Amino acid sequence: MTVDESRLDSIIDEYNAEPGSLISILQDIQAEYNYLPAESLEYVASRLNIPRVQVFGVATFFKAFSLKPKGKQQIHVCMGTACHVRGSKRVLEELERKLEIKAGDTTENGEYTLETVNCVGACALGPVVVENEEYHGQMTPIKVENLLNGK
Amino acid sequence: MSQNSQTPRGEMVTFMLNGAEVQADPNWNLLEAIQFYGIDIPTLCYDEGLTPYGVCRLCVVEIGSGDRTKLVTSCMHPVREGLEVRTHSNRVIKTRKMIMELLIARCPSSKKLQDMAALLELKEVRFKPLNDDCILCGLCVRMCEEQMVAKAIGFAGRGTDRYITTPFDMTSEECRRCGACMYICPACELRCQGPQAETVLCSGCINTEPVCASEYGDAMCFMVPCLSCVKGPEDVK
Ligand code: SF4
Ligand code: SF4
Ligand code: FES
Ligand code: FES
Repeated sequence: MTVDESRLDSIIDEYNAEPGSLISILQDIQAEYNYLPAESLEYVASRLNIPRVQVFGVATFFKAFSLKPKGKQQIHVCMGTACHVRGSKRVLEELERKLEIKAGDTTENGEYTLETVNCVGACALGPVVVENEEYHGQMTPIKVENLLNGK
Repeated sequence: MSQNSQTPRGEMVTFMLNGAEVQADPNWNLLEAIQFYGIDIPTLCYDEGLTPYGVCRLCVVEIGSGDRTKLVTSCMHPVREGLEVRTHSNRVIKTRKMIMELLIARCPSSKKLQDMAALLELKEVRFKPLNDDCILCGLCVRMCEEQMVAKAIGFAGRGTDRYITTPFDMTSEECRRCGACMYICPACELRCQGPQAETVLCSGCINTEPVCASEYGDAMCFMVPCLSCVKGPEDVK
């Protein structure tokens, strides 16, 4: 993937190329590309004049950042305590089987990314699956089919 | 030690160190003062030439008096007027040994850690050994950044997945192969492959009689200082 330097420039300039704004800059880049392309990180490091390893360290520290391309549909299965005791494990297993990927991976066609999270703050609805910011409560393995069919 | 061995000048602060009233330069951290007065406490992530980092926790000391005492890392704690510092109280020694036990369990192959464990008279390791080759002390990162001004390596990931690496996990252009990171690393030098090499805890040699190295040259222990000399063989069980 080639990154558009002028687009990166405009993001970086918005923060006056402040090294202190590294996280905000990376967030904007992540929003733009759905992940952080390696070239963009190199470019940020040189524009902000900070060590490359520092940018890499920050990019790998936060779970919100991804160095690998993410799918169009991002599915987060809650594995928090409340969801766990209500059977989120079976929901996750069903999703893994249906999508033929493991948690943390993206399908080959770039359609789905499956991830686990620990509590999304909606425990009463558990087990919760969040698909692109949309919350689905009381999930069961059976409902997984509908979820993937967009119903 | 250069900075420490000069006579301190200017305003001094007075505090209690192991029951003795001592004075120190207010710019020092506790560890510098402790070392200045010749008290030996173990440190791992501290180096005089680098910014203190306070991660190994081995340099713990107890401050305060009566029931209101707490443990602090001396390399990160400033000297202050009226402090009461104990470097070898029961609580400190117990904590130090526990930290050492955890470090050894993470990285049993390190000579430096094994030597320190022997000096602390660690007798058992109750944790499952991880056999990692890094204790995340950050010395290499600070060495590379502060002394070599290369900034070629750093931390990546977090929590249990934290590790030391180059940018993008690839051979880095910034690195000038100076070797300073390996020089300072406490985990790089492998422990002796002596009589009990496969145990988690070394110090097997101190049980052998006679203890002197000439007999056991092949064991390559060369512990500095040699435990049997420090203590005398009759003190070591
Ligand atoms: S060898 Fe490379 S990584 Fe290590 S201190 Fe030197 S420049 Fe830094
Ligand atoms: S590689 Fe060595 S110096 Fe660097 S953090 Fe790990 S143990 Fe410390
Ligand atoms: S445990 Fe799943 S939302 Fe809290
Ligand atoms: S030497 Fe003080 S915490 Fe490591």
